[in-house]
Amino acid sequence: MDGVHDLGGKQGFGPVVHNANAAVFHEDWEKRINALYGVAVRAGIFNMDEYRHAIERMAPRHYMSAGYYERTLTSLATLCVEKGVVSLTDLVQRAGGAFPLALPLGPGRSNESGRQFFDIGDRVQVRNDHVNGHVRMPGYIRGKTGVVVHISPAYPFPDAHAHDLSAEDEPTFDVRFKSTELWPHAADEAFVHVGVFQSYLMPAP
Amino acid sequence: MLPPSTPPIAPLHQRAAAIEAALQAQGIDASAGIAQGVHNAEEVWLPERGARVVAKAWVDDAYRQRLLRNGKAAVAELGIEMPPHHRHLVVLENTASLHNVICCTLCSCTAFTVTGLPPDWYKDLAYRARIVRESRTVLREMGLDLPHDMELRVWDTTADTRYMVLPLRPAHTQGWSQEQLADIVTKDAMIGVARL
Repeated sequence: MDGVHDLGGKQGFGPVVHNANAAVFHEDWEKRINALYGVAVRAGIFNMDEYRHAIERMAPRHYMSAGYYERTLTSLATLCVEKGVVSLTDLVQRAGGAFPLALPLGPGRSNESGRQFFDIGDRVQVRNDHVNGHVRMPGYIRGKTGVVVHISPAYPFPDAHAHDLSAEDEPTFDVRFKSTELWPHAADEAFVHVGVFQSYLMPAP
Repeated sequence: MLPPSTPPIAPLHQRAAAIEAALQAQGIDASAGIAQGVHNAEEVWLPERGARVVAKAWVDDAYRQRLLRNGKAAVAELGIEMPPHHRHLVVLENTASLHNVICCTLCSCTAFTVTGLPPDWYKDLAYRARIVRESRTVLREMGLDLPHDMELRVWDTTADTRYMVLPLRPAHTQGWSQEQLADIVTKDAMIGVARL
């Protein structure tokens, strides 16, 4: 989905607030919730793609104002409610106030039927796909052309895996793009590499 | 605007405690899992692990080559496991004329069992939005001013392949032991927002 989580290349953000030895956690509950979503994954309540997509399904205002671990918390609670493991009424009662969840799940999709395998050095183009459900193609590479530099083992296909649909595992191809082709006349000069699932790619024209 | 009948949103720590208690009540051993997860985050998944990998690669060329060929297998040689869904680790070697930096524009992905959990700024909106497009500017703002003729490669972690940067060994460390070398390797250097 073309959500606000898809931040790569968005403008108007200020400096990165960085310091050496920056903290991973700031409050005790953050450590606990970070561990707890892992417990839920290992218990088979949901998988990592469902987890990521439930974060993306947060209402935009909620997503943008939430800290990282509030997004973790919201995804975990949303999926536990959607899977029928706990009820929202129970959560509200225990929390002593409203408990905002992510917005409902939409349709997913399975692998691209015409997908092809590529070799290192091949020129590829990212398909001009607009996907309503979960997708791991950042918008900034849509339709762009690059060169394959690495090939990964096969992974579950996120567009299906986040929606409990069956699909074949497929590899990702690390594709090298020129920043100046991604954002002509409006980017620092660099090569930008993205791990692109096979279904998102076709041979370059 | 929320409808007037909506109660105030519960504070974060109370929402976190609520989901923990609700799962515990469903027979899921949340307490034990949390204790294990917090232990891993604080005592196991530390950047000192990645630093050991880097230091060994600096002194042992055969290991360096194995690391560059198959990162996951090479870190396993040092007893460092990766989660099952991290099926691939690509190690990106910096040189005198090449610099690598990693990010995750969609969320927060890192090789956290090797290089440590991602720092707050890595997961924040500004780094995610800007590093792919304003890469040199962002690095300069973060204290790393790369020469114009140095090639820069940015790696966006959009799948479950993980990346780590193998920093360039500083020239002044000739003759140092692996332990001494590991001491100078930082999480920032393995993300690629610093050079050593």
